[in-house]
Amino acid sequence: MEMRNNLVRKVIVPLTAIIIFLAAWEWIVWINDWPNYKMASPSDLGPAFWKYRVLFLEYGWDTFWRTVAGLGLSVLVGTMLGMIMGFSRVIREGLYPLLVGFNAIPKATVVPVIALILVGLDDLNTVLIAFLISFFPIAVSVSIGLSTLEPEYRDILRSLGATRLTIFWKIALPKTLPEFFGALKVAVTLAFIGTNLMEIVEPHGKGLGHLFDSGKINADYPLMFSVLIALAFLGIVLFYIVVALEKIFAGWAERD
Amino acid sequence: MSEIELHGVSHEFSTPDGPFPVLDNINLKVPEGAFTSVVGPSGCGKSTLTRLISGLIKPTRGSIKLGGTEIVGPKPTVGMAFQNPVMLEWRSVVKNVTLPLEIVAPKMPAKEKEDRARELLKLVSLEGYEDNRPSELSGGMRQRVSLCRSLVHRPEVLILDEPFGALDAFTREELWQIMHSLRAEEKITCLLITHDLRESVFLSDEVVVLSDRPARSQYRTDVDLGPKRSLDDLYTPKTTELLAVLRHQIEIAQGRK
Repeated sequence: MEMRNNLVRKVIVPLTAIIIFLAAWEWIVWINDWPNYKMASPSDLGPAFWKYRVLFLEYGWDTFWRTVAGLGLSVLVGTMLGMIMGFSRVIREGLYPLLVGFNAIPKATVVPVIALILVGLDDLNTVLIAFLISFFPIAVSVSIGLSTLEPEYRDILRSLGATRLTIFWKIALPKTLPEFFGALKVAVTLAFIGTNLMEIVEPHGKGLGHLFDSGKINADYPLMFSVLIALAFLGIVLFYIVVALEKIFAGWAERD
Repeated sequence: MSEIELHGVSHEFSTPDGPFPVLDNINLKVPEGAFTSVVGPSGCGKSTLTRLISGLIKPTRGSIKLGGTEIVGPKPTVGMAFQNPVMLEWRSVVKNVTLPLEIVAPKMPAKEKEDRARELLKLVSLEGYEDNRPSELSGGMRQRVSLCRSLVHRPEVLILDEPFGALDAFTREELWQIMHSLRAEEKITCLLITHDLRESVFLSDEVVVLSDRPARSQYRTDVDLGPKRSLDDLYTPKTTELLAVLRHQIEIAQGRK
């Protein structure tokens, strides 16, 4: 009974919600008699996916790997910045206003600048935007995690003569992992937005953003909506990869 | 040799408004194997005292000796337990206890480390909880784990900074008794910081009262209850009288008398 309840709650209820949503969408398009160049309906998406299946795979891969590369760079640089700011108060006070200011700039305006500076290096500038848009939450969360470490944690090891590095590896780093993964969940979504921003604002013939753009130029609504669905799918996959990593490395922080 | 000796120890924190004196000419001697409690008004600098003795900070003036040698920095022969029994939540109970051994004796085989930790956990009646997560333990249990952690590397000196302060009265009394049984097993010199007078009397051979900030040694007294003690000893006329004297001294320290 317990298991059946679980199945109903976790599979059947969400599935029903999706079906109702698709049916309502189909119905609205049908009742208004909207043509395909005005609004696509769910029944148009299947054929669009099939027609462009090779492009979806190719461009989907472009978007995926460039997002992951940008996120990887964010993790590296963000963690490093967070560590420096977490351990040194002077550097934290110096860097914080700069970082906040930089983060406040809408990244859509940075896209043309980067595209101009690194003209022709399409992969690099896409990865760079994904990185620029997503490193901030990581840096902030790591620095807060480290700077709010209870002094007792440090004192347990320091009173035994442990070095700062040992304290970092044994206590500070694992202690910060839950905050880090919390930030990574935000960052992965941001990096994904960054990649698409570059692909759409400065089209260079790569990625799902480019496919979306060509759909727009041809007023091919079924293709545009298919790209949206594909992007949603990819975003979900990326998010749950992070969730899986969190379960492995910071599962201890979860309480039931 | 592991007696604790403080000679004319003064400490000041430097603040933007100039030096801020916390300790003023403290003299204290805990003989090897003895248990001394330090009591005083809150905020008088008791915790600073523990950080000085453990070598985490250096005194502005005066000398601190452990076993006859001047302290220049943290020493692995010292164990510490705090009011906040911080646990590494990502490790099991037994792995929390072995932590100091990883620093002090990195080459000791893992099996040996764990055996030592298990032996201590058994002493504090935590047998069966070795592989639990700290988050599954109650406050009193966590404090017991913290005590094991402070003793695992067989320190000669144990410094306790209000370790029972945040516990309810019954759990606290239970831990006092555990503290006694630990002392019977582990030969160790103890310095306890507390603001619970009954606790100081029940656990120690000597009680020192500090004055309000900047703290000076204001009063000291021996506690002649013998090595074997029961909670009933706290309710004898003799102990009641001792507690009244200490209470009076604290009121003087607070400037209320």
